[in-house]
Amino acid sequence: MQILMSTKSRVLTAIAAALLLTLYVVPLWRIRLVAPQYPEGLGMEITVNSVHGLKEHDLQNINELNHYIGMKVIDPAAIPVLRVMPWVVAGLVVFGLATALLGRPGLLYTWLSAFVILGGAGMGVFWWWEYDYGHHLDFEHAIIKIPGMTYQPPLIGAKQLLNFRAISIPDWGAWFVGLAFALGVVAAVSAHRARHPHPAAGS
Amino acid sequence: MTIPRFRKLIGALAAAAVASALLSGCTSGGSKSAGLAAGDAASRVYVPPGSYDEFYAFFSGGFSGEVNVYALPSGRLIKEIPVFSEFAQDGYGYDEDTKAMLNTTYGFVPWDDAHHPEMSMTDGVPDGRWLFINANNTPRLARIDLSRFETDEILQIPNAAGAHAAPFATPDTKYIVSGTRFSVPIPQADVPIADYVKRFKGTISFVRADQPGHMDVAFQILMPGFDYDLGHAGKGPSDGWFFFTSYNTEQAHEKLEVNASQNDKDYVAAINYRRAEQCVADGKAKTFPSRYMHNWVDSATRQARSELKTSVKLLDPADCEGMVYFLPTPKSPHGVDVDPTGEYIVAGGKLSTVIPVHSFSKMQAAIAAKKFDKVVDGIPVLNYEAVLAGEVKNPGLGPLHTEFDGKGNAYTTMFISSEIVKWKLGTWQVEDRIPVYYSPGHLMIPGGDSKKPWGKYLVSLDKITKDRYLPTGPEMSQSAQLIDISGPKMKMLLDFPTIGEPHYAQAIPASLIKDRSLKYFKLSENKDPWVTTSEDGGGIERHGKRVDVKMIAIRSHFAPDNLEGVQVGDTVYFHVTNIEQDWDILHGFAVMGNTNAELIMNPGETRTLKWVPEAPGVYPFYCTDFCSALHQEMQGYVRVSPAGSNVPLMANVSKKTAAAMHAGAAGGAGTR
Repeated sequence: MQILMSTKSRVLTAIAAALLLTLYVVPLWRIRLVAPQYPEGLGMEITVNSVHGLKEHDLQNINELNHYIGMKVIDPAAIPVLRVMPWVVAGLVVFGLATALLGRPGLLYTWLSAFVILGGAGMGVFWWWEYDYGHHLDFEHAIIKIPGMTYQPPLIGAKQLLNFRAISIPDWGAWFVGLAFALGVVAAVSAHRARHPHPAAGS
Repeated sequence: MTIPRFRKLIGALAAAAVASALLSGCTSGGSKSAGLAAGDAASRVYVPPGSYDEFYAFFSGGFSGEVNVYALPSGRLIKEIPVFSEFAQDGYGYDEDTKAMLNTTYGFVPWDDAHHPEMSMTDGVPDGRWLFINANNTPRLARIDLSRFETDEILQIPNAAGAHAAPFATPDTKYIVSGTRFSVPIPQADVPIADYVKRFKGTISFVRADQPGHMDVAFQILMPGFDYDLGHAGKGPSDGWFFFTSYNTEQAHEKLEVNASQNDKDYVAAINYRRAEQCVADGKAKTFPSRYMHNWVDSATRQARSELKTSVKLLDPADCEGMVYFLPTPKSPHGVDVDPTGEYIVAGGKLSTVIPVHSFSKMQAAIAAKKFDKVVDGIPVLNYEAVLAGEVKNPGLGPLHTEFDGKGNAYTTMFISSEIVKWKLGTWQVEDRIPVYYSPGHLMIPGGDSKKPWGKYLVSLDKITKDRYLPTGPEMSQSAQLIDISGPKMKMLLDFPTIGEPHYAQAIPASLIKDRSLKYFKLSENKDPWVTTSEDGGGIERHGKRVDVKMIAIRSHFAPDNLEGVQVGDTVYFHVTNIEQDWDILHGFAVMGNTNAELIMNPGETRTLKWVPEAPGVYPFYCTDFCSALHQEMQGYVRVSPAGSNVPLMANVSKKTAAAMHAGAAGGAGTR
């Protein structure tokens, strides 16, 4: 007979799944750009389905500056992965809630595995996106051409790109994803212990 | 260390000690500052690079016709705001958008003499919304918006000549008020000047000021033919009253220097403007034909517009009993300043040996008891002793203007003895005096004429500079001096040169303005009829002899930047939109040989420049405001062909648009 997940484990799974819903509200990642002429900084927020400026016209101004180095225009509508991401997140939420409802530990392990794979893939896509914009420059029309110079911001951390210091850090969304994953792991450990109880200590 | 080297070092140290002693001796010996060591004063006015000052100070430019903004305590000049004078530096008064600001019924008047900045107030306390200022020569009042530091509105004052006594705001900024310096025939007429006493009159105008874009003369009060000099609104208990100084009560019309200095006492006019409002509401004012212009910036298009107004409500004191009283005041009084409590009315009798202070409560008692010495043109003259609160004895020579620190002290400039005198309200005793360099006119304490002075600094606005700075030929800048008034004794902190004649100034804590300062105009809200919002949205079009060019400016190019098909005899209008939406990214536009100025376009703004080319050729244009690393590349050409040429109208907007344009050019059509 299948041993179902404990109530605690189910509740944790449900909370973890629900936490992913925050991605529809708060941004996942933030890239700030600071230069001598921009002490107040420009910045972008990457959300589950878009890229927008930290201040009203930041994205426009980043694109305006990027034209000097021949970088492609950052246009959220032209980034296909942003169309897919909301559905991937929705899938994870539904899967997680179903797992909590049905209480089957196998589903929980599968969900966690999917979480890891999709999360990893998400970071991979994000890195590729940064690589693509930072390397595939329009050298024919670029105004500033520096041999060997590329403009890929870091995944996490800071990097000097000409006069700009690019600072890339996780935003609230990423922290919620991390928390959701942590809760999922706790739920899984709890479910595992229920199925494989330890012998009483010291017996 | 060897002995000879050690000796050498000692020698060097000794030499350094002597040098520093000489230097410091030189500083203290040569300095004219009172009481503070130079280093101490320097630290008080030092604002480290990248840090902000504590106050914005708005200095009138006098005969420069502008307002200059300084930061205090550093004395750094941070902005020139053109008001009544054309300003080639940003095209104000030259470009098609702002020209209308300088329209008057005399035509386009590109210069004036701006004297008294006045801050808008809420409940008698400066609030940092607007700054008002007067034009002396061709009477006008202007409103400057302090979120943009731009002149937004100018109203001509009819039936007035020499609007010196202006603008002074009521505590709620409902009105700003303007008195005429010169009495003139009202209505204007070709009469012998010798008919002065019979025909010449003064006016005091109440201008509605609290509705941006709708400044208008609410009513005018017809006054006897004296010279009206300065004014101030009452506050607190005296709220609802206005006080104006007058001189030339002798009614001289020649050699006023002597002939207007005969009477021992002239008058302070006390005007109950609530009573005036009542009389106007009761229909006691005449509708008087008067032509005057109202110019304002349309907030949507940002283009200035003008309208001609044709009448005012004119109120004769004889028809409105209880509206105006005269307070006898020695002698040719200049300033009239109301203390923060609203009780004391201080007059600066510039030829007087005392500073007379009137009491508002005693004035009311005297009016109730009808203590009138006489009646002049229907205006009762109150008894001097009955209204006097006290006199400051032996204050110095030539008292002009007084401001207050909010701690019970008053500070008065002494033009002739070239000093500032601190005295106490109530005791009328002189507490301190400090020499200033030289001949101060106005003085300014931030909020010092309001209900709530920020009584930390005082600025003396000096008329004569002489030896204060490196000489610059016969004409030198005028000078301001910053004085610390936080302690019992005044301390001189700083000299700084000023542009034009810094006639008067007002200052306000930076916190009341800086966070509301606009960074750029939103392109999405630009309703200029000639706006171009996108890279390829520009073009060129012809309507008879008029050619309109729509163009964008963005780092670091104009689009279009090649134009052909313009002909001699055409009038070309360049409508250039700066489509940047970024802080402090301005572009300029100038075309060779234009008998006009340049354009400066703020981010998100459209400006229009008129150009009438007179000879065929190729004319370059370029960006004049250093905008970016490729600023020098931001340029283009206009080809001008002889009249009747068949060169097609062309603008290289984009490859696609240009192709379409060339295809359509055969038919003579341009692109939009």
